[in-house]
Amino acid sequence: MEITAQRGLSGAPPFPQPRTCPYQPPETYRRLGEEAPLSRVTLFDGRVVWLVTGYHEARQLLADERISADRQRPDYPALAPRFQAEVARRLVLIGMDPPEHDEHRRLLNPDFSRRRVAELRPVIQDVVDHYVDRMLRLGPPADLVRDFALPVPSRVISEVLGLPGEDLEFFQEASRRLLQATTREDSQSAGEELIGYLDRLATRRRTESGPGLIGRLAREEVAGGTLSHSDLVQIALVILVAGHETTASTIALGTLALLDHPEQLARMQADPAAVPAAVEEVLRCVAVTDLAGARVATADIQIAGRTIREGDGVLLSGTMANRDDRVHQDAEDFDIGRTGRRHLSFGYGIHQCLGQSLARLELEIAFSTLFTRIPNLRLAVPADQLAARPLGSGTVQGVQEMPVTW
Amino acid sequence: MVSAAGRPAQPRVTADRELCIGAAQCAFAAPAVFDQDDDGYVVVLDGDPGSGEWEAAQEAADLCPAQAILLADGADGADGADGMVGMDAG
Ligand code: HEM
Ligand code: SF4
Repeated sequence: MEITAQRGLSGAPPFPQPRTCPYQPPETYRRLGEEAPLSRVTLFDGRVVWLVTGYHEARQLLADERISADRQRPDYPALAPRFQAEVARRLVLIGMDPPEHDEHRRLLNPDFSRRRVAELRPVIQDVVDHYVDRMLRLGPPADLVRDFALPVPSRVISEVLGLPGEDLEFFQEASRRLLQATTREDSQSAGEELIGYLDRLATRRRTESGPGLIGRLAREEVAGGTLSHSDLVQIALVILVAGHETTASTIALGTLALLDHPEQLARMQADPAAVPAAVEEVLRCVAVTDLAGARVATADIQIAGRTIREGDGVLLSGTMANRDDRVHQDAEDFDIGRTGRRHLSFGYGIHQCLGQSLARLELEIAFSTLFTRIPNLRLAVPADQLAARPLGSGTVQGVQEMPVTW
Repeated sequence: MVSAAGRPAQPRVTADRELCIGAAQCAFAAPAVFDQDDDGYVVVLDGDPGSGEWEAAQEAADLCPAQAILLADGADGADGADGMVGMDAG
């Protein structure tokens, strides 16, 4: 039965490892992916866990009820010292199991439906135009991360949450500091400022009505007593944490991938109808979260000839599942002509990204506007000089800076 | 299975709104068969799609992250996709 159980156990390479190209997996992950759909890897604290690199196996596990996303379980795998901190452990929604998870998700789904998101199109277009205008006014050069990729999703999330106009600058600056922090103190203090702010706003919205998600939840739920005040604040924080850095990094790394493939970029520029498929290929290729999920098994699970034991940590590699050659032809190639959505960049199962329709629309508008209005956009430094985000900051991939010119 | 002349006893395409998490993969993959209601949950527009749409419905069932879409051949998304790789220990 378990012929393969021993194979590979001898060498459980360290995880995570830095990407050498910001949007391609490190060699070690590739080798693991070629060897078997499941492998063993070693975390920073010496713990050995499963890394699932096969598309079908990853989907099957993400949909399995015997697998938990609860970060408060002592056996939940910690990927970096930072995640052992208290704040990271109290993640509503993403870090909850049913039935609690489903109650929260039902509360939020209406705000992220395709129809609701489509209504945001003009708002997103305005935001994107604003930052492109600004780049054109002040540059060249520009830092695509700081001047475009970070502020665009921040403004869109402000709109979704319903933040008052006068707070936008503060919110954007604090979110940027949270994401670009290089020390634990910096990220902690920015995080606390944001929580304090969201807390005060949610309190105000209980008596004084307001727009957006915070306004609606404060009215309907806190007043009605089904959602606690602290959960409301945590929900707002999770939307920020889950939606800002991911979208910002995908804008930056997607721009990089497009610039690296001029023939693909030209195809996209020539045909506006090709943009959604280009977005899908960017998502598949850059897989900014690297992992489609991190879980712990709550029972023994047989899969692909191996046995995951109760209590084992299980990491689902979106980066590698997206390159599974059983699913994609020439999976290594960046090709905007692919059809379908067979990637795990938004995860799979009950936790599949709540904000995916919003993210897709943001990316579509960001790429099409950027490359229409600045058609000769290019990197101002050689691609191999772009500084990757430090590993200690977790598994979200990205670059700290991206100097561009035109 | 169901000819144009025959009337199916049950729709061939059903969706479980209790399982649905509102991810909208279905409305993307098969817009003639599925839609999302205002709250973001799946609605089946056409329970007995023609052969042209059947493939799209299969793709929707495959992509649905919550395995909320049932196709009458017993081929729901998970089985359809994962059956190929033989998930059980050999
Ligand atoms: C390109 C951008 C994005 C990527 C790559 C991305 C990726 C992901 C992934 C992989 C998951 C699953 C995590 C897991 O199963 O453990 C997830 C969940 C989630 N995402 Fe996104 N996301 C993006 C944008 C957004 C946006 C814009 C929002 C909201 C404004 C958002 C909100 C969420 C939330 C709330 C969850 C948790 C859902 C649940 O647990 O039910 N994401 N995202
Ligand atoms: S794809 Fe599945 S979860 Fe998503 S809306 Fe359709 S039925 Fe619901």
